Amino acid sequence: MRHDVWIPPVHRDLTGGEERVQIEAVTIGEVVTALEQRFPGIAARLTHEGQLRPGIAVAVNGVVTPRGLRQRLDHASEIHFVPAMAGG
Amino acid sequence: MKSKVIVATTINGEELEFLCEPRQSLLEVLRDVLGLTGAKEGCNNGNCGACNVLLDGVLVNSCLVLGVEAEGRTVETVEGMASGGQLHPLQQKFLEHAALQCGICTPGFLLAAKSLLDHNPDPTEAEVRHWLAGNLCRCTGYDKIVRAVLDAADTV
Amino acid sequence: MTTTTTSYKVIGSRPLRPDGVDKVTGRAIYGADVRLPGMLYGKVLRSPHAHARIVSIDASAALTLRGVRAVITAQDLPAIGDKIADLGESVVNLRYASNNILAHDKVLYHGHAVAAVAADNVHIAEEALALIKVEYEVLPHVLDGKQAMSANAPILLDDLRTNELGKLGNAPTNVAEHIRHQRGDLDKGFAEADVIVERTFHTATVHQGYIEPQNATALWNEDDQVFVWCSTQGAFSVQEQLAELLQIPISRITVTPTEIGGGFGGKINVYLDPLAALLSRKAGHRPVKMTMTRAEVLTSTGPTSGSHIRVKMGARRDGTITAAQAELIYEAGAYPGSPVGAGCGVIFANYRLENLQIDGYDVVVNRPKASAYRAPGGTNAAFASETVVDELAEKLGIDPIEFRLRNAVREGDRRPDGPEYKRIGLIETLEAARSHPHYTAPLTGKHRGRGVAAGYWGNWGGKSSATATVNSDGTVNLIEGSTDIGGSRASIAMQLAETLGLPYEDIRPQVVGTASVGYNDVTGGSRTTFGTGWAVYEVGKKILAEMRQRAAEYWDVPVESVQVADGVFAHNGDQMSFRELAGKLDTPVTASASVHPQNYGPGFGVHIVDVEVDVETGKVEILRYTAAQDVGKAIHPSYVEGQLQGGAAQGIGWALNEEYVYDDKGRLVNASLLDYRMPTALDLPMIDTVLVEAPNPGHPYGVRGVGEVPIVPPAAAVANAIYRAAGVRMTELPMSPARIVAALATQSTNAA
Ligand code: FES
Ligand code: FES
Repeated sequence: MRHDVWIPPVHRDLTGGEERVQIEAVTIGEVVTALEQRFPGIAARLTHEGQLRPGIAVAVNGVVTPRGLRQRLDHASEIHFVPAMAGG
Repeated sequence: MKSKVIVATTINGEELEFLCEPRQSLLEVLRDVLGLTGAKEGCNNGNCGACNVLLDGVLVNSCLVLGVEAEGRTVETVEGMASGGQLHPLQQKFLEHAALQCGICTPGFLLAAKSLLDHNPDPTEAEVRHWLAGNLCRCTGYDKIVRAVLDAADTV
Repeated sequence: MTTTTTSYKVIGSRPLRPDGVDKVTGRAIYGADVRLPGMLYGKVLRSPHAHARIVSIDASAALTLRGVRAVITAQDLPAIGDKIADLGESVVNLRYASNNILAHDKVLYHGHAVAAVAADNVHIAEEALALIKVEYEVLPHVLDGKQAMSANAPILLDDLRTNELGKLGNAPTNVAEHIRHQRGDLDKGFAEADVIVERTFHTATVHQGYIEPQNATALWNEDDQVFVWCSTQGAFSVQEQLAELLQIPISRITVTPTEIGGGFGGKINVYLDPLAALLSRKAGHRPVKMTMTRAEVLTSTGPTSGSHIRVKMGARRDGTITAAQAELIYEAGAYPGSPVGAGCGVIFANYRLENLQIDGYDVVVNRPKASAYRAPGGTNAAFASETVVDELAEKLGIDPIEFRLRNAVREGDRRPDGPEYKRIGLIETLEAARSHPHYTAPLTGKHRGRGVAAGYWGNWGGKSSATATVNSDGTVNLIEGSTDIGGSRASIAMQLAETLGLPYEDIRPQVVGTASVGYNDVTGGSRTTFGTGWAVYEVGKKILAEMRQRAAEYWDVPVESVQVADGVFAHNGDQMSFRELAGKLDTPVTASASVHPQNYGPGFGVHIVDVEVDVETGKVEILRYTAAQDVGKAIHPSYVEGQLQGGAAQGIGWALNEEYVYDDKGRLVNASLLDYRMPTALDLPMIDTVLVEAPNPGHPYGVRGVGEVPIVPPAAAVANAIYRAAGVRMTELPMSPARIVAALATQSTNAA
């Protein structure tokens, strides 16, 4: 399944400016692995010790998922890595 | 150990004596000596009204009154507002109007409002706002508090 | 006004809150009301300096004072290396969190905790503080975010390096992070614009201002079990923070939440709790109670960030915004972690934008470490962008609500950080504001003006757990773990009643501590009625399923043949009410559920305000105020209105009066409620509300978070009204009398 993965502006230095890429994957973890193969260094920016970095969240089709890297992708999806935000 | 003083007073209609240090405020005495924790401490210097009680019927910030000043006087706290199993109309109206969110300011507002209605049973909105300006509420924006007081005035 | 058609029995009604009588009779127990046998009182010694190295601390004299039982300093805290932890709602470096509760080698702000004492009473504890000798080497300080970014600014944290767009810098700095959102082509966008407005803004540090000061009572038992009673937005968060800061297992900590006297985000981080626990251990395992004074609350807790913001926006003559750019510098206080990320999320969230760039900087300064405050970072951001939007509309000669409608986001549009919006209600809310009588009411008189502004907040779902048990008379006990700050016991119980088909009065909710219910995130992020409401919906469904099963067993029929509606079980002409069935249960029925829902969906508000400006004194009077908001579904409308009114009032205080004032030594000089002036009943009119009910499809009852949105628009709305009243565009908060007078003077000089 191919997904539309959006690269956060702060990491586009690694993608040669590319804003969105097509990635074949079944989980968010696989998305990160595939990104790393194409753009070495990006996995370290997004993840730490096998988890999303604190402060980073992943949105699948506009909804942030609590499962992080373990989130399955059952349909072709739009994926964003976004800053995690908290309220008061 | 500072020497303590015996104070004889009437609280919520009940005559009693308590022992306090001269430096203790009435608020501290009510809360820590007598266990009447309905009066709240928001600032301890007269700027929030959370500690409001009636002293001889007059609205005071109990954090600015010394415990020893209660000698021979009557003190009315929020614990004394309901009587005979019935909430005071102000208490009832505060509930009906959702005039409290966190509720920490509520005892002070209830006593301030009671003293207003004791003086002026039929206040205007402006008079209510004026009288309650010594009480801070950070949750409600005052709208529902003012409505509750106006409604209670109609009922009393 | 409502666009819902679903009919509910309980939801949407206005019952009395379950905890109401306790709260109007003074019986409710708040944190400061806790009393335990043998209890000691703790007090904190705080730094008089904005920035200093601690050379030595000598507590020997204090310890000889009769009635003093223990003194602690940072030496009593376990050493914690750099560890990034997800605490409460935010991500923190634990070493910084530990240093913030007791300064280690340096104090970083006036009011920074240095030592703590436990004594037989509070007066002795205070006397003991005066006997502790601390030698400081005073260092140069910096209070302003922009100045802290400059090359020669004093450095607060020697090891801090900038996370510069994802890459770590290598030079010492006060800039913890630079983040960016970007899309399209800014140059092209601005080239297409017929009008461009660019302005810079400054907003002051402000405090949450809850009326109840921080408090905590702790008992460290001989078997190393730690018990804490405190007013907090989240008992489980306190438990987790204590586990990390004290380096003990979570299972050894029991946190019992008391009633809470306001929080607004400021009662998530712990300050006193770990100190009270350590003092209890050191004082021979006696319970220790600590409460802050108001001055301590102001110098040492909260506040929210002051900020410098630059906004540039361009629009075509037809009213389409073609490009938007912003730079936000937020003061984090002494340690990283301002809400600049959220500010970047809010600043252009209302508008459909093809070309945008947003840069955010998180900067440490010698002020108390910022903590969350209702829609953290949102008010600052919206003050900047929504006044620029107002100016664009004015320059183009388009009505400000119409201008917003032409650019408003709707389902399928993209947020500034990329993802698409689902169902949102900005358009409906703008339309509701436009058709409200306030918007078209004549406003006459000199120096009077009307302003509008819109605001966004992303909201949050979080984790919630709840348990319910069916009593033999058919009533239901509900056990929840979400701090009730503003009536949520009612809104949660109502959702369970609705699910079960029972009257509200038959549900008795109770908020309990960490030992008594499954995990709950804090009451924050506007999540409780949404998330904990969802948990009780799941609990209700489980109870109904189990009761249906029992009914089937009773009638000895297949469960599928039993119908359930409105609290009545039916089979083939036989009927049994929930209550009758409850009386026949031979095995109890109880159910629990835990949820972590994600489809919370953002909310939008549009505020209208009329002001009168006294051009002599600069005083601004609020004449009329209306707040419209897309609330999803209002479970208990009175408390939803209350959220809108309270948020608007806080926003008005932020707009007009509230600010931290420091002297040249970096000491806070207005640390009292006399000098830190929050709105009183006299400063405000009635606050009219419009609940726009566009149900959130992501919640069983359509709930959307409502608590935070209403603090986002007020400062901008008031500024826009001031412009129309007095002709000056205010770019600084608060818009205090002195600033208004100065702005009017500049305006007349320029005109001359
Ligand atoms: S505590 Fe007495 S006025 Fe605030
Ligand atoms: S209800 Fe919270 S301060 Fe008034």
